[in-house]
Amino acid sequence: MDLKRIGVLGAGNIGIGVVTDLVLHGLSAVVVDVSDEILECAQAKVLNNVRTAPLLSKSLPRVTRDDAMQRMVWTTRLEDVASCDFIVENVTEDWALKQAVYRQLDRIAPPEVCFGVNTSCISITRIAGVTTRPANVVGVHFMNPVHLMPTVEVIRGYHTSDRTLDALLALLAALKKEGVVVEDLPGFVSNRISHLFMNEAAFVLQDGVTTAANIDQIFKKCFGHKMGPLETADLIGLDTVVRSLDVLYESFQDPKYRCCPLLRKLVHAGHLGRKTGKGFHVYPEG
Amino acid sequence: MTATETQTVQAGDQVRATIRQFITSAISLPNLDDEADLFASGIVNSLFAVQLMTFIEKTFAIEVGMDDLDMENFKSVNATAAFVMRKDGRRGG
Repeated sequence: MDLKRIGVLGAGNIGIGVVTDLVLHGLSAVVVDVSDEILECAQAKVLNNVRTAPLLSKSLPRVTRDDAMQRMVWTTRLEDVASCDFIVENVTEDWALKQAVYRQLDRIAPPEVCFGVNTSCISITRIAGVTTRPANVVGVHFMNPVHLMPTVEVIRGYHTSDRTLDALLALLAALKKEGVVVEDLPGFVSNRISHLFMNEAAFVLQDGVTTAANIDQIFKKCFGHKMGPLETADLIGLDTVVRSLDVLYESFQDPKYRCCPLLRKLVHAGHLGRKTGKGFHVYPEG
Repeated sequence: MTATETQTVQAGDQVRATIRQFITSAISLPNLDDEADLFASGIVNSLFAVQLMTFIEKTFAIEVGMDDLDMENFKSVNATAAFVMRKDGRRGG
């Protein structure tokens, strides 16, 4: 399967990262989101990511702005992905929204095209069930920042075929990434565990045990993690973390996934992490 | 020291102070050593390099070109200040 032109649905944090990675590796992207304003903002971020990528990783190529622009199409029309070889969907972690997108996408994309569901929590099997091609639906959980992370969590849904899995792994190989294949249960491996860390770190902060900086330092200096749990939550976006916790709570009906009130309060206050300049930590405007 | 050399030293001190202030506004480290390697020591993660780079482009009106995209240029207060001074010949590069 020759994958050259990739449809990317959703131009939020992860969508921007996926487009950056595609462009850096010479693939074309048709990017869809709901407004021109979102697309303009996302395009600027992708161009900045592409420009600064060699600073953050010597293995990433230097791509000029002109070359990057030629590899991207930005549109608000979902129909424009009809010509794509593979679709990576990154819309908000909201079941009502996701299933509406898949019903529409299923009518637009040729029947042989596979859908990569970029979700951190929602069941791949459930999403596949709203399409007429459940064998062509596979989970792909990119890590943030997408273009810097070498490994991706790949989720085999109940009906996912080997052909679909191979197509996704081939796409990841083109992005110089490795996929670790796991089975489908909400949260899979990474978020089912990491969100407990992030949520409990928020409880520790709420309980006044220590500062956010100290919590992160302990993870970095004692455990050797690159980032602490609160920094990680800020990078993901606190709104996304809360949504994922809610999905885990609802899916397993287990109180261990109850969202920390402080975490939810920060979201209500509009402090969503890096993307708004403040979350558990403050990020000075660069 | 000539008057020009004195001016250059003063400009360098000012650039260093501005960069130090930006970095310490992002991290809670009151006594930051100007030579400390920010990234190797784990004081900040590598993503901070992009924030720092964007900050110096805006603040000092310089453009970081493709050939300048090297962590060595941003690894410490002193390295970043030296990079700014090199890019901006008016400050004595």
